[in-house]
Amino acid sequence: MKSNIISDFTVKRDENKCIKCEVCVRQCGFECHQYDKEHDVVLTDETKCAGCQRCVTYCPTNALEIKPRDLGYRTNYNWSKERITDIIKQAETGGMILTGMGSDKPHPVYWDKLLLNASQVTNPSIDPLREPMELRTYIGRKPDQLEIKDREVITQLAPNFRIEMPVMFSAMSYGAVSLNTMESLARAATEFGTTFNTGEGGLPTELRKYGKNAVVQCASGRFGLDVEYLNTGIMVEIKIGQGAKPGIGGHLPGEKVTQKVAETRMIPQGSDAISPAPQHDIYSIEDLSMLICALKEATNYTKPISVKIAAVHNAAAIASGIVRAGADVVVIDGIRGSTGAAPKVIRDNVGIPVELALAAVDTRLRKEGIRNHASIIIAGGIRSSSDVVKAIALGADAVYIGTAALIAMGCALCQKCYTGTCNWGICTQDPYLTKRLNPDIASRRLVNLLRAWEHEIKEMLGGMGINSIESLRGNRLHLRGVDLHKWELDILEVEGAGN
Amino acid sequence: MGARYTRSGRSWKLNMNTLTIDRQINTGVECVKLDAKGKHYTVLNQELRKAVANGAKNIEIYNVHGQRYIGTNLYPYDVANLHIKVFGTPGNDLGVFLNGPKIEVFGNTQDAVGNTMNAGEIVVHGNTGDILGYGMRGGEIYVKGNVGYRVAIHMKQFRDKVPAVVIGGAMQDFFGEYMAGGIVVLLALEMPEDHRHSSFVGTGMHGGKIFIRGNMESEQIGKEVGVTEPTEDEYRVINKYVSKYCAYFGNYQPEDIMKDKFIKLYPKILRPYGNIYAY
Repeated sequence: MKSNIISDFTVKRDENKCIKCEVCVRQCGFECHQYDKEHDVVLTDETKCAGCQRCVTYCPTNALEIKPRDLGYRTNYNWSKERITDIIKQAETGGMILTGMGSDKPHPVYWDKLLLNASQVTNPSIDPLREPMELRTYIGRKPDQLEIKDREVITQLAPNFRIEMPVMFSAMSYGAVSLNTMESLARAATEFGTTFNTGEGGLPTELRKYGKNAVVQCASGRFGLDVEYLNTGIMVEIKIGQGAKPGIGGHLPGEKVTQKVAETRMIPQGSDAISPAPQHDIYSIEDLSMLICALKEATNYTKPISVKIAAVHNAAAIASGIVRAGADVVVIDGIRGSTGAAPKVIRDNVGIPVELALAAVDTRLRKEGIRNHASIIIAGGIRSSSDVVKAIALGADAVYIGTAALIAMGCALCQKCYTGTCNWGICTQDPYLTKRLNPDIASRRLVNLLRAWEHEIKEMLGGMGINSIESLRGNRLHLRGVDLHKWELDILEVEGAGN
Repeated sequence: MGARYTRSGRSWKLNMNTLTIDRQINTGVECVKLDAKGKHYTVLNQELRKAVANGAKNIEIYNVHGQRYIGTNLYPYDVANLHIKVFGTPGNDLGVFLNGPKIEVFGNTQDAVGNTMNAGEIVVHGNTGDILGYGMRGGEIYVKGNVGYRVAIHMKQFRDKVPAVVIGGAMQDFFGEYMAGGIVVLLALEMPEDHRHSSFVGTGMHGGKIFIRGNMESEQIGKEVGVTEPTEDEYRVINKYVSKYCAYFGNYQPEDIMKDKFIKLYPKILRPYGNIYAY
């Protein structure tokens, strides 16, 4: 069947500048560029272009320019290019439209409508260059009260772990991302003093040495999950849902299930790695409690157990159930959360913004008097240090960053993660592509990002007259809303600006 | 042979009198005895852990009544040749994440036996509940009687690490769903013909093998699943597990079971859901 799809991008090659070095041919895993020896010319098939800008970045003579392409149809507000293209694609294949990364739809970003406070006259701001500023955070269950006898704490404390800044790397599984990507995250987390997250693909043996900084996941596919793996990590995370695809499972495409991935996941090479939609031993809060307790038994009560859910309509009630089921950490992943592969219709339409879910969950747990029983970590669309500060003020204990970390490593948000052809060597298992990501360089870029955010967070805290992130946690008086409806301000429990 | 089971309502109940407990215990081997009566699972499992830490290789737990996670918390002790005998009815998640020991249950068990187990053996002299062997990565499970829903789903294997589940009685729906590896043998002993009502067998299967004694209707089986007769080699594999089953439970002779025909369920394609997406 002749495809009616018009390419997403136009690729313009300046023939005067092109020296036919074939860098673009080699760099493009999608095989857009081909060198025609006979006519000594580099030809381009635009329909294959993902817009990842790899060839543009690496072209030594700046001969290439890639731009999004308009369909050229008559302008129609109702029928955007994306809608038309999707329908053509479905008419030609009969399949669900797959996509990668977080939703690119204009869901409201409440971080941009929340503004931070600063000290003026009535209390002094603090200069972080001159005074100590504490961002250190402990993740895990906190006691209801502390009993102290002879200057010693005698209360039995639940396991907690320490991170130097309330920013952790999001779950990215081995299989979805390359081993080099995981190693970069692991090394950066270890150097900085935070954690990376194995996702559900297991922890390859090479990376077990970074276990003290690893959050290990237990998801529905139970890939790579044995008792040694559970005891290697610093925390065990039960993944119930993901912000990019709430309520559905995952199919890691067979192209990415190489021998090494097959070995770690214990599935046939080349098969799709199927993660069922629910965990089949969890059909209720009571069942969740069963798995939480099983993981605590398996790790002999030495590690906090976290439960990750997608931000959905009843997130607050669900979170309350999770905490009562015995979880030490609740993770909420919002609708802007990212993924390696998800049906686009789910990614763009299911779930709610994480800011509203966070505010609702924090409020609910405080009202029920169980907020201290669990830390709250949020994920899904944390783009900058100010998002982190606002999240902490709304009630989060820490945030996960995924897309930000990927961009630091080179990701160009082309949303083609599900193809297994990532020209930046991140979301692929093709050895020709994975070696493009050098863990020495990528981990350095990640640590740089964390250091930069650390400075910025300290400046923002200092400006508010606060010298410890603990004093900001759940302190919504430091936030003011702009351009928000009353119902939104009510849920966020934030005053409008000027109040 | 029907005398070994008495039918009560819809479920098959084990007749405790026929158990060969006396033969199994008091063999003169030094063993640690634990009494589970009235104990919370955390207490019982700590006692078990302590016994294993002290080097016990034979442990018997009596009066078990719903205690969960037995055998789970033995990391990182040496569990080679560790044999735990459980008398009573253990609770959910018996041997979850099990990593080496052998657990023998003289009684029925509840849900999620051998959940995500990695190595070792679980032998149940009775019936079990749902989700037995979910995500199982290695080791073997033998069940004398029937099992519940969603049994042996998403089992895995890699190279020579092939988990196996052998069931004497009947299964319920979603048997062997999403299977990515491993071997399941269903002997369907004591199962009246009208009892074969389970559906969605092997739905989403993309690895491993299911062997069933007798036949199945095509509408009972997931659409991703192919049905064929086992090869000679596969009959030898079945015989290996059947022999072990008979040795454990002593209710049948392997020849009596092996004289019947088996069917093999196998995944027709590696990527059952590969064609539901548009790239």
